[in-house]
Amino acid sequence: MQRRPQRALAATAAALTAATLSACASERDSGGGEGGEAQSGGTLVFGAAGDPAMFDPAFASDGETFRIARQIHEGLLGNELGGTEPVPELAEDWEVSEDGLEYTFSLQEGVQFHDGTDFNAEAVCFNFDRWYNFEGLAQSPSASYYYQAVFGGFASTPDVPSIYESCEATDENTAVVRLTQVTSKFPAALALPAFSIQSPTALQEYDADNLSGSEDALSYSEYALNHPTGTGPFRFESWDRGNGEVTIVRNEDYWGEAALLDEIIFRTIPDGNTRRQELQAGSIDGYDFVSPADYQTLEDDGFQVLVRDPFNILYLGFNGGNVPGTQANPALQDPRVRQAIAHAIDRETIVNSLLPEGAETATQFLPPTVDGWAEDVTTYEYDPERARQLLQEAGAEGTTLRFYYPTDVSRPYLPDPAAMFQVINQNLTDAGFTTEPVALPWNPDYLNAVQAGQADIHLLGWTGDYNDAYNFIGTFFAEAANNQASAEFGAFSAPEIFQALAQADAEPDAEARTELYQEANRLIMDYLPGVPISHSPPALVVAENVQGLEPSPLTAEVFSTVSLAD
Amino acid sequence: MTAIGDVKRRRIDELAARAGQVPEGEGGVSLTRSAFRRLRRDPVAIAGAVIVVVFLLVAAFAPWLAPRDPLAQTLLSEIRPGYIPGSREGFPLGVDNLGRDVLSRLIVGSRQSLLIGVVSTLLGAVVGMAIGVLAGALGGWVDSVVMRFVDILLSIPGLLMAISISVLLGQNQYSLVIAIAVTQVPVFARLLRGSMLSQRNSDYALAARALGVRRGRIVFGHVLPNSLSPVIVQATLSLATAIIEAAALSFLGLGDPDLGRPEWGAMLANAQQFLGVRPELAIYPALCIIVVALGFTLLGESLREALDPKFRR
Amino acid sequence: MLRFVVRRLLQLIPILLGLSVLLFAWLRALPGGPAQAALGERATPEAIARYNELFGLDQPIYVQYLRFLGRAVQLDFGNSTRTGRPVTEEFLERMPGTIELTLFAMVFAIGVGIPLGYLAARRHGSWIDSTSVIGSLLGVAIPVFFLAYLLRLVFAVELGWLPGSGRQEVRIDATRVTNFYVLDGVLTGEWDAAWDAFTHLVLPGIALGTIPLAIIVRITRASVLDVVNEDYVRTANAKGLATQTVRRRHILRNALLPVSTTIGLQTGLLLSGAVLTETVFAFGGVGSAIYDAIFGRDYALLQGFVLLLAIMYVLVNLLVDISYGLLDPRVRVS
Repeated sequence: MQRRPQRALAATAAALTAATLSACASERDSGGGEGGEAQSGGTLVFGAAGDPAMFDPAFASDGETFRIARQIHEGLLGNELGGTEPVPELAEDWEVSEDGLEYTFSLQEGVQFHDGTDFNAEAVCFNFDRWYNFEGLAQSPSASYYYQAVFGGFASTPDVPSIYESCEATDENTAVVRLTQVTSKFPAALALPAFSIQSPTALQEYDADNLSGSEDALSYSEYALNHPTGTGPFRFESWDRGNGEVTIVRNEDYWGEAALLDEIIFRTIPDGNTRRQELQAGSIDGYDFVSPADYQTLEDDGFQVLVRDPFNILYLGFNGGNVPGTQANPALQDPRVRQAIAHAIDRETIVNSLLPEGAETATQFLPPTVDGWAEDVTTYEYDPERARQLLQEAGAEGTTLRFYYPTDVSRPYLPDPAAMFQVINQNLTDAGFTTEPVALPWNPDYLNAVQAGQADIHLLGWTGDYNDAYNFIGTFFAEAANNQASAEFGAFSAPEIFQALAQADAEPDAEARTELYQEANRLIMDYLPGVPISHSPPALVVAENVQGLEPSPLTAEVFSTVSLAD
Repeated sequence: MTAIGDVKRRRIDELAARAGQVPEGEGGVSLTRSAFRRLRRDPVAIAGAVIVVVFLLVAAFAPWLAPRDPLAQTLLSEIRPGYIPGSREGFPLGVDNLGRDVLSRLIVGSRQSLLIGVVSTLLGAVVGMAIGVLAGALGGWVDSVVMRFVDILLSIPGLLMAISISVLLGQNQYSLVIAIAVTQVPVFARLLRGSMLSQRNSDYALAARALGVRRGRIVFGHVLPNSLSPVIVQATLSLATAIIEAAALSFLGLGDPDLGRPEWGAMLANAQQFLGVRPELAIYPALCIIVVALGFTLLGESLREALDPKFRR
Repeated sequence: MLRFVVRRLLQLIPILLGLSVLLFAWLRALPGGPAQAALGERATPEAIARYNELFGLDQPIYVQYLRFLGRAVQLDFGNSTRTGRPVTEEFLERMPGTIELTLFAMVFAIGVGIPLGYLAARRHGSWIDSTSVIGSLLGVAIPVFFLAYLLRLVFAVELGWLPGSGRQEVRIDATRVTNFYVLDGVLTGEWDAAWDAFTHLVLPGIALGTIPLAIIVRITRASVLDVVNEDYVRTANAKGLATQTVRRRHILRNALLPVSTTIGLQTGLLLSGAVLTETVFAFGGVGSAIYDAIFGRDYALLQGFVLLLAIMYVLVNLLVDISYGLLDPRVRVS
């Protein structure tokens, strides 16, 4: 159950602490807004990189599903428009008890789901209980990944404890959620789309929890496929699978400020070049995952390239497991070999030549804007000579490394895996390593193989779910993630790192927590379980007449403020 | 005997029927020799031959011809997203998106294309011929079963079969070769078996049999050598197909996972991203593929015509 | 004639059986077998055992094959692992697009190819002749996906004359009847939708039709040249028949016989050529689904689609053989 499937697919949002991110927004970040009154009406066609899995965010963990779910559904908390601050959404306000175990949410009044069902405290508790009582396939990590990441186990899994205790509707508009232990993830995690509040009527009517198929090939319920019902500014209209088109329309009875567009069509165009050409040809109005090579061309053509602030990490992971009896490349257990790899990689050139303007080299597995980033970690400069020397000292010349990289994908932190692979591969060859390249399709092969620890070295990354150090380094290096033979970084045992992370997570005081995370980062960079490479600003692009789209560092754009000028 | 999908087979059979066609007749000049004489006068054949020879020479001497290391990312530091420097002194055709010399990569890449083309065609031809000989020589139920199987293989479109096999073998530098080879096997099997059948009753085979020569000797000493000319024609044409098919599989992401290693198909596929920035990065490898495939096709077609008695008028 | 057709249909059976064996073996040969293919590399042994039991994979191999065959006969290839929907349903939804595209490509190839080939032969040795010969050779040598990219870059992106991807402009809200979009538009009287769907066929259709075009030009030219030299043409000319009559009755009709063979063969091949073209043009047909299946490791869909496509290919060839038999009595006799 420790699997972290497709976690890198997730591009989700919510923020624990106020970040300074929005302050350093580059000047390109202007999704219109200047110029006349925003107009209502019209259809926006947005190019998606892949098909959504379905539309029930409780079972989703991929960005394309979330992109659409975010328009249809809302959670108790939401994200500040274009920022990282968690803001009230369906909960007007909330209070935390002294012991940090009881959250009292005061709900918005007069809100209705798309099917006319009233939104109230009972609906909220219905959803919490639904997640907690998932059975069977719904408990598999590929179904309810985010629930498990935040809450742990289920009602029917007593051996895996859950931090959820109960939800009680004390009156029409007050829901009290009780937890079994203090966690720093709460309540910010409730802004994740996975915790959207959905219509109890529709969930029951269309048998939402009825999953079939197998763990890795889930077949979803009628609800998830055809009747997702939330409170959001848009309603689900139709999904034309043959052509990869999802249509959502304005919710006329939206409780807040109604959306400006009549309709949004998300059209799947997997190939990045095709997306660009379709935009240039005018058949779509915008798309995500703009190739860095196209920023300039598109701007010259009059399109708006909306650059998000980097909130991600790309790294070269090692399988350097040191637990006896597990399969790991023995050479990588030698710290000198790991250091040699770090010294071999020319990160400066990578950032300059392959990544968009605004990308930075990474010194640790955490973006500098997140609390807990440490200035004084051990760094490994580009020095092929030193790399050779270390390799020699370790007696590991001629070591063959199985180098895994993904094909057919573009990630926010890794716009062009093929180019990245080739440059790093050449760096390693120059430093005296031998590599055996292995290319696999991103999903599911690559993610499965890499997270099962099959690679010696591999490229992977992570976009933050919320502004919290644990969401990055805890995901990678917490003990739970590494105590098995088939772990991404191999079964490695580094008690001091595990302890530092556990301690930090349980620390209620923000300042003390930050210091503990800094210490953890220092320990990690001394140990060097992989090489952090870069933080890269991903971008979306929209046509000149598209106004009001605020790029979100968490890739959590909301389309209700978007309008089309003439 | 005709069967489903036999249009494809009919084409192969027509070629097969030409094997060892009456060597006598033109005053004792063998078909092969007269064909060769006609080839030398055919400008199309000469053009094809020149292209093929140049390609072979380039591939053979690639390491010495290439002005630079095709792997060295010499100008990488000058590259920015959306900007690739053009040609300059020392880099007559410019560099690719990772700062590598395009000319050197094209030259060295010829080896990979040749290797894929030749090895897969050779593999397909040898296995196919073995099956064809087996079927043709043994006859009877072996022949029926084997040829039925070959017909089934022929009824699967080549590219689809190559894709299925690549998926089966996983992505490595050999799977491409094997996948293309497998698509060639049924073609050669049917070709050889057909040409053997057409010869089994030829005068010289009958004569040999009458003289008490063993069946094995007849097959290997007389029938097989006489079947070679259609095989050579088909192999030349198959080489062109193999090179184009390899490019298609590379484009589909089923090629060599070591992307650094220069290969025309992979270079072309990779350059699609930069069509807006440096279209020539796509055009150079495309031209190479087209010209070489054209060369083999011209040569193959002229050979086919030269060996066709119909054209001897 | 009926006997001929029936015999051909009967001959289909061993071929289809053989195909099913091949595809059955293919899925079994995948690393880890079908359970692993369906459940992923990290499936637990228990999950694999459960799956094997569920799908009868613990039975002897011939029982498994018979089951597979039994389901295949009912066109049941299981569910796609990506979408969870029945493979056959996916196929039926996507096939009309591919058929439309293939038809367009063939009409283009025939409509341009036969006149061009005929003209080249009539003006043997002229510049038209040499141009079409060189062009037809180039047409075969150019990688399809590269041509597709070029066409899109020039006509869709730079000039903006034609749509460069998809089957229908998404902003058009067309009614679906048959899933043949052009036909749907005609049936429902939504002429703009029909026209729009048609324009979406042009670029991918041309890209797809290039190879058959090249081949048709070559074959037409060669066979017209052949026929012109035949005795009966000379006789006809000598008899003083009008040039037009000779051309129509004797030259064209006889020359078209081998051309029709080629057309059949090429139509079948287009079905697989569509994998490349549909991918480049993001055209929602069978070909692009196969591409997605390769990269999504959707083996169930891949297996079903390949078998169904192969069946269609065989059927197209059957049709060609039958029509060939109609055209040329000699074939029937043999």
